[in-house]
Amino acid sequence: MKPAPFEYHAPETIHEVCGLLAEHGDEAKVLAGGQSLVPMLALRLTRFEHLVDVNRVAALSGFGRENGTLVVRACTRQRVMERDAAIAAAVPLLAQATPLIGHFQIRNRGTVGGSLAHADPASEYPAVAVALGAELELASPGGAVRRLTADDFFVGTWTTAAEPDELLVAARFPVWPARSGFAIEEVARRHGDFALAGVACAITDGRAGIALFGVGSTPVRARDAEEAWLAGAGAAEVAESAVRDLDPPADVHATASTRTRIARHLVERAVTRAQEGQRVAG
Amino acid sequence: MLPVEMTVNGERRRGVVDARRTLADFLREECALTGTHLGCEHGVCGACTVLLDGEAVRACLIFAVQAGGAAVTTIEGLGGPDGALSPVQDAFREEHGLQCGFCTPGFVVSVTALLQENPKPSETEIREALSGNLCRCTGYQGIIGAVKRAAEGR
Repeated sequence: MKPAPFEYHAPETIHEVCGLLAEHGDEAKVLAGGQSLVPMLALRLTRFEHLVDVNRVAALSGFGRENGTLVVRACTRQRVMERDAAIAAAVPLLAQATPLIGHFQIRNRGTVGGSLAHADPASEYPAVAVALGAELELASPGGAVRRLTADDFFVGTWTTAAEPDELLVAARFPVWPARSGFAIEEVARRHGDFALAGVACAITDGRAGIALFGVGSTPVRARDAEEAWLAGAGAAEVAESAVRDLDPPADVHATASTRTRIARHLVERAVTRAQEGQRVAG
Repeated sequence: MLPVEMTVNGERRRGVVDARRTLADFLREECALTGTHLGCEHGVCGACTVLLDGEAVRACLIFAVQAGGAAVTTIEGLGGPDGALSPVQDAFREEHGLQCGFCTPGFVVSVTALLQENPKPSETEIREALSGNLCRCTGYQGIIGAVKRAAEGR
């Protein structure tokens, strides 16, 4: 028993969750899959007076299609993204990205919304959301719901644009046209470890989304690289554009220049693979 | 303190726990099921892996109160009632998949879950599935051999 004491809440509706967040403010934290939060509590890197467990909120579980959008409710397990053929058909990049997250025991418990809201800069889903142009849906205590683009949602390491009393209730992934190609590439020391660097890539006729992860405080959208690809540049040139202004962190795992070099190779590989996917799809 | 009730290895278990009591501690201390080992207690080593409603999870990353109403299977629940080894346990013994045995319960539970979902995993799939469990003495070759043997025996 390593975490500091906390008061446990297990509400069953989104309204109750938001009410608890409003009541307890900074002293409350949402507990979803717990695969990042509980280690941080166990190591006492953080502590909260109140944990609001959202696992029993039925309205936060499951996914569905709404016209051209795949709506994944926040507490849907990552394993569902990996296993369900409907996910792979609608948003192939989600299905490709999921096996890279942690280990299968982690994905059995970890949630889509938890990973997005945790906003670790080295994690896969935030980059996937940015590359695809996803929107994040936030509920507040009054019952109001607002949507933010992924570009606007991620503001820093472990920091999002959500207000303290707002709850991430769903991620809305646009279903890209049939003639699209997708790829996600990353380098980690060991399968399931945090990526030293990675990239999520989506391309279709007239549109590209390229987002790097593990190389900044948020997912880094490579707009220059997207424009280069749209202008007809080859994969190597696109990769060069993606890392030109990159300023990745240096730590015990890799220097900044190593991360940049890895990122450049990964972008080249991802763009090549996405183009191949698009060619096969077309 | 919060009341909690769950099914562990087919038996109803009740307890009154601190919210911060992990499922792993509940199993070990309230249920006296000490086969579930605690190594790192922050989700890295995999020694505490149990089945929660049939899915392999880290018992150190779930609070006992969260498992209320769930069915938990621990290493003690995998063998036969007479103490017979499960096919996965037997394969670990045959292939020298353990030495000190500390990590073994977590490996056996993870491998049991893997083979239920994927009865004939490739070597790559085996290695990926084992990546969430750490062994610090035997090494992984014997363990991988045990998974292959268990898969062949199915």
